[in-house]
Amino acid sequence: MNKLRIILSGIIKNNPTFVLVLGMCPTLGTTTSAENGMGMGLATTAVLIMSNLVISLIKNLIPDKVRIPAFIVVIASFVTVIQMLMQAFVPALYASLGVFIPLIVVNCIILGRAEAFASKNSPFDSMLDGVGIGLGFTLSLTVIGSVREILGSGAIFGVNLGIADYTPLIFVLAPGAFLVLGYLMVLFNKLAKK
Amino acid sequence: MKSTLVNMTAVLFGITLVASAGVGVVNMITEEPIALAKEAATKEALTQVLPPFDATQSEEMTIDELPITVYTATKGDAVAGYAVQTMTKQGFNGVVRLMVGFTPEGEVVNVNVLEQSETPGLGTKMADEGNPLLGSIQGQKLDAKKLVDGKLAVKKDGGDVDALTAATISSRAYVDAVNRAWMAYKSVTTGTEPTDVASGASAAQTNEPKAQKGGTNE
Amino acid sequence: MELSYFAIIVGAIFVNNVVLAQFLGICPFLGVSSKVETSLGMGAAVTFVMALTALVAWPIQTYVLVPLHIEYMQTIVFILVIAALVQMVEIILKKVSPSLYQALGIFLPLITTNCAVLGVAILMIQKEFTLLQSVVYSVSTALGFAVALVLFAGIRERLDFEDVPRSFRGVPIALVTAGILAMAFMGFSGLV
Repeated sequence: MNKLRIILSGIIKNNPTFVLVLGMCPTLGTTTSAENGMGMGLATTAVLIMSNLVISLIKNLIPDKVRIPAFIVVIASFVTVIQMLMQAFVPALYASLGVFIPLIVVNCIILGRAEAFASKNSPFDSMLDGVGIGLGFTLSLTVIGSVREILGSGAIFGVNLGIADYTPLIFVLAPGAFLVLGYLMVLFNKLAKK
Repeated sequence: MKSTLVNMTAVLFGITLVASAGVGVVNMITEEPIALAKEAATKEALTQVLPPFDATQSEEMTIDELPITVYTATKGDAVAGYAVQTMTKQGFNGVVRLMVGFTPEGEVVNVNVLEQSETPGLGTKMADEGNPLLGSIQGQKLDAKKLVDGKLAVKKDGGDVDALTAATISSRAYVDAVNRAWMAYKSVTTGTEPTDVASGASAAQTNEPKAQKGGTNE
Repeated sequence: MELSYFAIIVGAIFVNNVVLAQFLGICPFLGVSSKVETSLGMGAAVTFVMALTALVAWPIQTYVLVPLHIEYMQTIVFILVIAALVQMVEIILKKVSPSLYQALGIFLPLITTNCAVLGVAILMIQKEFTLLQSVVYSVSTALGFAVALVLFAGIRERLDFEDVPRSFRGVPIALVTAGILAMAFMGFSGLV
């Protein structure tokens, strides 16, 4: 398979958020600002690349019946590693993402890719798949985060746009998450059909 | 690969072992940076809530079975102020941690919200600059406020602290944590044992704060 | 003084509804909620597993992880506990009550990856709850999950008869509906 195509398919054709509709919890929960969305996306990408690589490497050693538990242990370990690294080097981001960092473990995207891609393909391709899907996820989260931040707090990446007095806070709150994602998905569907 | 009981157990055990070892190693590597990051955060909070200072000395105590840390800040030989890292479990979503700074005379310099998980847009306003909670106590001596049972209280509970709009629980939690900081401050400045703040305190305990209040009025 | 049980219960079910305010367990919320009946089944299964998780995870954290200073193993240990519990519940239910197994069985494997379960286990430790508080909190959260799921299923059953614009069909309209439901739940925020 063409290496570049593996990456691109993760960003558009298999976009985890808008097409596969996976990993909705962090998508909705952490996109209160562009920065948070991007941070979450990158953390997930890191876990995804490493777990895809390792799972692809050890796929022939694992008996079928314990495949899922074995995958979960691998993923949980990488999540814990990322958790500690973030705590050490980006404590502010770690604090604002809160419980969603450990919850990367149960993000269906990661287990899904392990099962659907990494357990069938070569380590290098699996890594590329991780990069693609991860970037697709990061991109979606950053877009959603930006839209919510602009509409809700009148800023983008923390830069004040000077319209904060007129923006409805609701977009930063829970209902705004559902609404923004819903309408963005409609937009994606419309554009994808053309 | 075919599954037998032996290879299933062996593989799962093996993976778990390698994984734990890996995580353990990363933990050893990151332990120091994490501690440093936390220290930096504390230092940052201290400079925000205290008048200029050169050095601090910390002291641990427990009030209502909650750990409280008092930082005595000095500039030259004189005491520049006291900062109290205080907490409450009565937040809307559990724990709220604050850093409250006092001048040596007992005026509240500033309050820094270290940790909270309140409702965004409502309770989270406690961390905003110029919010009503902070506005009600900043630059004032807490003994001079309208006290209920010797404690600070929001207007709804008979005190005179302005609460956040639509966030009574968060406001009460904030006041509760500030009260605990105040008790810790009094305990350090008067050299007495800290008094519990919890409203469920027994009659014997409720007598104590009055006695201590006399102490700080001197 | 601790947060009263009443505040924990009302807070977890309505004010901080696990799905509509905390965004946990969205996958089953969008996936399973097309019929009221299946939603009830899923809600019951989640309640059961969450209560058990609290009962097991809390002692492990307090008596094993903290004394050994390996709190950083929390995520790994908790997810294994949940996976094992789900398996056990499945096996026991199959033997003891086949009828209950038939009702809940199909939902059980889905629960391992329901982030609400792991989320609640981590949150109850973060909030420094006692064991009893943790159990109350978990059960209320699960009830909140069930309430949201059933309400949402009721709406979606009706939505099937509406003429929805093509680009909105499926997940997008579900998300917009959930947004409006979340707005309604925000009305609870002054409750406690």
